Amino acid sequence: MSHLSYEESKKNVVKGLILLAVVTLIEVVISLFGKGHIIKGVHGNIIVLATCGLLIAGLSLYKAYFIVYEFMHMKYEVKGLAMSVILPMLLLVWAIIAFFQEGNAWKNRREDVQKRNAQPITPAQEGSLLSPDTYQMDWKG
Amino acid sequence: MATTDTALEHHVHEHDHEGDAWGGGEAPFKASYGKLMMWYFLLSDAFTFAGFLITYGALRFSSPTWPVPDFVFATDPFGISAFFGSAPLIFVTFMSFLLIISSVTMVRAVQEGHRENKNGVLIWMILTIFGGLGFLGCQAWEWTNLISGENMSLTRNTFGTHTADGYYLDHEGKKSAETFREGESYLIHRHEAGGHGESHEAGHGTAHEYKKGEQAGYMMDDQGFIHRKYVYADGPLKGQTQTEQFGPRAFGALFFFITGFHGFHVFSGVMFLLIIALNVASGVYAARKNGYEMVEKIGLYWHFVDLVWVFVFLVFYLL
Repeated sequence: MSHLSYEESKKNVVKGLILLAVVTLIEVVISLFGKGHIIKGVHGNIIVLATCGLLIAGLSLYKAYFIVYEFMHMKYEVKGLAMSVILPMLLLVWAIIAFFQEGNAWKNRREDVQKRNAQPITPAQEGSLLSPDTYQMDWKG
Repeated sequence: MATTDTALEHHVHEHDHEGDAWGGGEAPFKASYGKLMMWYFLLSDAFTFAGFLITYGALRFSSPTWPVPDFVFATDPFGISAFFGSAPLIFVTFMSFLLIISSVTMVRAVQEGHRENKNGVLIWMILTIFGGLGFLGCQAWEWTNLISGENMSLTRNTFGTHTADGYYLDHEGKKSAETFREGESYLIHRHEAGGHGESHEAGHGTAHEYKKGEQAGYMMDDQGFIHRKYVYADGPLKGQTQTEQFGPRAFGALFFFITGFHGFHVFSGVMFLLIIALNVASGVYAARKNGYEMVEKIGLYWHFVDLVWVFVFLVFYLL
């Protein structure tokens, strides 16, 4: 299956081990840095946290690529097989965007409900229960 | 093979050939049936895991606060963190290394398989099994610590998070020297539980008689959890006395379901590795002369388990 000689592939395995271990260590260091464990000043900085998060996610994707292509030998498979496994995964891009957006909307909605519950109740005026941007038809009864 | 009349029977008999089940001409994608199906099984499994992890993300986004992983997962056996002062994430990093190493030994087993080297396959597979067992042992320790030491359950999350800077009150309800910052997590301890809780409460004087119900400096609920009181030094709730609340409920359920589901994959992987290692030892695959394809297939599965851990590690521990 492998197109490399036995000695070469043995060497590649050691390289792979070192690569994965080092990338994992870098991830942990970046994560701890983002949380302010290494330099106290960066604690709670949302931009640092977001940048670190993206960096770590990118490194994890690289690790995934490496495991699939090197260790699982996807490199040596026919292109059609690789595509039939990898292309469906692109659906997850949509899923991540959609569900994170959805989670955020739940939070906003909950905060909105809390805010409205905290407001004093004004005497029955139907219009006041609706948000100002609600279109109301004139009552012509 | 007997001559047959119908196409259907002919089709069935074609598959009777020993060792070469594929009777439809050239194999699709030039891969054997077993390997191809393993790939598609792994694809479906990846979607299952992705569904779980995306659920975690959505619920985390929907919650105003979330326990900080480097606070929740700062524990480890053998007092390593006591030695270094604190060791957030060190134990799970060690677990990741175990899985990576077992993945590498699996690659070696597959390579030896291609060379038809029976003893080589066996040795590297046994090392892989030890890696998997080690990982499971670490996970068992982590779960035990969370469940019995920190009282986490499927519906109770003892880790809450502060939304602003502030300071704690002592038992009498007076300002104490203990402060916290926005975004820091706290652990709600149970009164009768010893062990983990003691070090956190050392600053309070050792022999305090905790009483049930609402007190000046804390609130002990019916189950004996001590919710300490604190005051925010800024933010919209500035100057108001607050009582520690349990964190978002979903955290415990998500943690145990997702790491449990992954741990179950590791466990079944170890079982399959054992079975296949026994077959290797018995010489079944040597007789088949197909370069130990079965070892290659379980190898695919084992690498996938490692691959999933990359993302479980990312989502639960690093972000």
